[in-house]
Amino acid sequence: MMSKLESKEDKMLEVQFVGDDDVLNHILDREGGAKIKKERAQLLVNTKKIIKKPEYDLEEDDQEVLKDQNYVEVLGRHVQESLKNGSATDGGNKVYSFQNRKHPEKMAKLASELAKTPRKSVSSNLKSDPEITIDIPQCSKGHSASDKVQLKNNDKSEFLSTAPRGLRKRLIVPRFHSDSESEYSASNSEDDEGVAQECEENTNEVILSEQIQAQNRVVSAPVCKETPSKKMRRDKTSDLVEEYFEAHSSSKVLTSDRTLQKLKRAKLDQQTLHNLLSKVSPSFSAELKQLNQQYEQLFHKWMLQLHLGFNIVLYGLGSKRDLLERFRTTMLQDCIHVVINGFFPGISVKSILNSITEEVLNHMGTFRSVLDQLDWIINKFKEESSLELFLLIHNLDSQMLRGDKSQQIIGQLSSLRNIYLIASIDHLNAPLMWDHAKQSLYNWLWYETTTYSHYTEETSYENSLLVKQSGSLPLSSLTHVLRSLTPNARTSGEADQETRNDNVPSKTFFQKDTPLIHVMHLSWEPFDLQIVSSGCSCMHYTT
Amino acid sequence: MATSSVSKGCFVFKPDFKKRKISVPIEDYFNKGKNESEDSKLRFETYQLIWQQMKSETERLQEELNKNLFDSLIEFLQKSHSGFQKNSRDWGCQIKLREIPTAALVLGVNVTDHDLTFRSLTEVLQNNVTPYVVSLQAKDCPDMKHFLQKLASQLMDCNVDVQSKEKESVQVTQKKIHYSMDSLSTWYMSVTQKTDVKMPRKKRTPPSQWQSPPVVLILKDMESFTTKVLQDFIIISSQHLHEFPLILIFGIATSPVVVHRMLPHAVSSLLCIELFQSLSCKEHLTTVLDKLLLTTQFPFKLSEKVLQVLTNIFLYHDFSIQNFIKGLQLSLLEHFYSQPLSVLCCNLPEAKRRINFLSDNQCENIRRLPSFRRYVEKQASEKQVALLTNERFLKEETQSLLENLHVYHTNYFLVLRCLHQFTSSLPKYPLGRQIRELYCTCLEKNIRDSEEYASALQLLRMLAKDELMAMLQKCFKVFKSSSEKQLGNTAKRIEEFLAQFQSLDAEAKEEEEDTSESQSKGLQKTDLYHLQKSLLEMKELRRASKRQTKFEVLREQLVSFIDSLAREYLLLPETQPLHEVLYFSAAHTLRQHLNAAPRIALHTALNNPYYYLKNEALRSEEGCIPNVAPDICIAYKLHLECSRLINLVDWSELSNIPLYICATSSLSIHPMMDT
Repeated sequence: MMSKLESKEDKMLEVQFVGDDDVLNHILDREGGAKIKKERAQLLVNTKKIIKKPEYDLEEDDQEVLKDQNYVEVLGRHVQESLKNGSATDGGNKVYSFQNRKHPEKMAKLASELAKTPRKSVSSNLKSDPEITIDIPQCSKGHSASDKVQLKNNDKSEFLSTAPRGLRKRLIVPRFHSDSESEYSASNSEDDEGVAQECEENTNEVILSEQIQAQNRVVSAPVCKETPSKKMRRDKTSDLVEEYFEAHSSSKVLTSDRTLQKLKRAKLDQQTLHNLLSKVSPSFSAELKQLNQQYEQLFHKWMLQLHLGFNIVLYGLGSKRDLLERFRTTMLQDCIHVVINGFFPGISVKSILNSITEEVLNHMGTFRSVLDQLDWIINKFKEESSLELFLLIHNLDSQMLRGDKSQQIIGQLSSLRNIYLIASIDHLNAPLMWDHAKQSLYNWLWYETTTYSHYTEETSYENSLLVKQSGSLPLSSLTHVLRSLTPNARTSGEADQETRNDNVPSKTFFQKDTPLIHVMHLSWEPFDLQIVSSGCSCMHYTT
Repeated sequence: MATSSVSKGCFVFKPDFKKRKISVPIEDYFNKGKNESEDSKLRFETYQLIWQQMKSETERLQEELNKNLFDSLIEFLQKSHSGFQKNSRDWGCQIKLREIPTAALVLGVNVTDHDLTFRSLTEVLQNNVTPYVVSLQAKDCPDMKHFLQKLASQLMDCNVDVQSKEKESVQVTQKKIHYSMDSLSTWYMSVTQKTDVKMPRKKRTPPSQWQSPPVVLILKDMESFTTKVLQDFIIISSQHLHEFPLILIFGIATSPVVVHRMLPHAVSSLLCIELFQSLSCKEHLTTVLDKLLLTTQFPFKLSEKVLQVLTNIFLYHDFSIQNFIKGLQLSLLEHFYSQPLSVLCCNLPEAKRRINFLSDNQCENIRRLPSFRRYVEKQASEKQVALLTNERFLKEETQSLLENLHVYHTNYFLVLRCLHQFTSSLPKYPLGRQIRELYCTCLEKNIRDSEEYASALQLLRMLAKDELMAMLQKCFKVFKSSSEKQLGNTAKRIEEFLAQFQSLDAEAKEEEEDTSESQSKGLQKTDLYHLQKSLLEMKELRRASKRQTKFEVLREQLVSFIDSLAREYLLLPETQPLHEVLYFSAAHTLRQHLNAAPRIALHTALNNPYYYLKNEALRSEEGCIPNVAPDICIAYKLHLECSRLINLVDWSELSNIPLYICATSSLSIHPMMDT
């Protein structure tokens, strides 16, 4: 589609313009070339098919290779057909392609636009009078002929690669590729206004450069919009050249250099942030609700399939924690189940096995190794066929659980007939964790549950940019403290907790192996506990 | 929420003991999924019944297919072990005694199925050869010490298994001992002497003539063992071979050359290797399909697309029969879960009985089936009315239709096999070598329309007599074995063809004599002109006679006969009324659950939110994101454009969203982006 559009434009350009901007254009146009190449590659596949079809190869194996094409076809067909498997009609090449390197031209162009945008805004800032509407189009037309042409010829994605500011423009303006310049500049002016207004808010003091003044001079020169711009262009070629070099030399402003510090807004503490966040109602709540209802209808089916020996893995964009939590509360109330937060920084297979042996099976002995423990559990579950256990693992692909050994052990657990596993994965490459052997252990059924909900709980153990920082990785240090304590200390912590139950409003944050209660207790009361749902924030208050 | 904490990641929930007792039967989940499901209990029972049958059938097949391999393995073990028994002073035997008998078992790359094979192999060996069967995996044995430890502990376990459990306490203490080959051999000596006494009481009695049963060590994945460990072990154990009769079995996934690649000559010369090849997994798949789907034994059938998906997963992903069976199970489950009329998917008499008890709703369901509607439209108008209004008439009609469907399948598979006999040995295999390929083509479209079919017939027209006869013989056997009445006529026809071909032999001889006579007559002196003329005449004559050769006529008849069979019986299942009852066709759900593409889902969710959130505001053209889209989509777009840095400030201002949203969005992007 894109290349077609471009070729159309090229034609138009042939008729209309002769000039340096075309040259510039050609420099900037490489991107299109690359795309065409990609299409050619696809064509190659087709020809292969044509060539290969008629020759019936001798061996059966080859025959099956031939069916490759069929397979690809089937794949494509199903991608289209399937309700949930994504509508990427152009197959895998978009999803699976390598990231193409940014061309130097592109970067330069990016730079040039970035170099220009502040100028524009400044000029409009200066002339904050009724003239603005007339001035700006001229301004834009005048001072950046090359810029304009770029704007015209960029396809959308390229355009986006300009300053983020450009996004807004693109979003508002339906991009007509018409050759009437007046129309174009008119629409452009609107954008500039928008940008200007935004920038006014921002009140950034930028010093005027000489060049801007020079350009303003050009702007003020009487230029009629409707005249065919040929002549004018020729006059400005020197300008263009200058601009070209300027754009390519000014490497220091490659990216927007505005930082959060420049915002006149103090960093919030966690509480205010949470308060602010809670006030925002998420967009598309009706649609999201519908999506969620759709998934909830699957609960019974999941239970059925779990019981029939499959295990279930959920994937898709958005946090699946709430969904699983709802599944747990609606379906699993009468069953023994273990919820495992894979995103918890201190989680390990050992702790999972421990909670199974100690709390589910009430076994108080110790084990020499994890494998011994696993064997013991497996035997136990094999002996007692009436025993049933549901494992809910949020983020099976988390840092702590993605190791080969952990996956092997969890896989072996899940392959037991009376252990049912339902897990969620988020990482793009999560399926790479499992080789064939593990996959057959897990016996997965995949369910896509795209929820678009925020990974609030999952990321609460990490730091936010907008929150005051205090120490790095607070929670991992917390677990270190925990590990270094003797069992005695833990039990004393437990006892301590018992005595202070009435002082600490929420019991759930402090289960029995949380000896830190002594430390925290003192600094606890002033805060409403609802905010403190994470270890990160907890540390904020205590340190 | 009760499941988040600063201090722990695992939360155990145990309901009260009383509550737990009332466990929900699985059928309930089957019911509740759908609000107005019909006969769900019956459907679930049918599902379980069919699945159990299919499962036991596959297990039986597996056993059968492994039988040959196991038999030859056992024979090898017994033969090699007899070397130990003969205490001859023969020099050859002395040399041989230094060599460890080894079976290299080439299993192919379908690693997931190996476990099953080894498990049954262990069982077979324990029953037939020796109680001491140990299997080790590479990941348990990173070095020699672990190797020996594992070996020893498993050996002792074998022993404990056989003997009484009273030794258990002893065994636990033993575990900590550092094992050496010496200790193992002394243990072996002591144990064999003891078992000699206990032998008669044992349940699994190895053949009594064996004074000392061999120790069989199975290395499941020979390729992944470290070379050093293997070498050391082989050298050491070959030293102890006279007191510790060891036999090795290597499980090899790739090729037998790997043994020599891993072990230097000095070591591999200590092994006396014999090669065993397991059945190729493709053969296995063909048999499984043949016995599960190409038969009227199981009413459940797969549509072309589903079959394609399953075979593709098999051929392009894992070569695993187990996974294939899993796919089959899932499609069976989905069929019974989603199709209310699947209650009729059972054997014919039972289905007929069930039709009588169908509820009104189910009758409505029948009327709604597209294939049934097509059928109704073809009927006369009075019959149409009766079918659409009269329940009883409908039920009777359904019964007869189901019976037709059954007959159709019986004929279909017979003719399919017959056609397969004819086409499977044609040069270049236009219709495939395996019957499953032929089946797929037949399901996909009308076979007579396909080019491959035309070329196959063309090739058949060129076959020699003996080839044709062989094919006919096989075909005849197929029909004989089935003993179905419907196609009895066909069997007779084939028999006739056979007889005719045989009688051709005699005639052909006579003809040959004729031609030789005529040739001898022709040898007279002539001039050039006459010679040319007579040659032309002979050519004409030959061409004419060729057309009339009885064999060719007969061959032509045979081909057209096969063609007529295909035309009559190999109809598309979609043309049959009520095929929805038996055929599962939702290939995309199967693909979605078995072979998901999380990457594509993420990509779509980020690039095209309209796909999930059906809001018109989100509808956009390709490659463009509306500014109302969820901010994670916008962020992703920005990330794609400039992957290094996204300026939060700029972003917050351009999309006019409050800054604090950005903060959370930047977080929520994180788990996906970090790779």
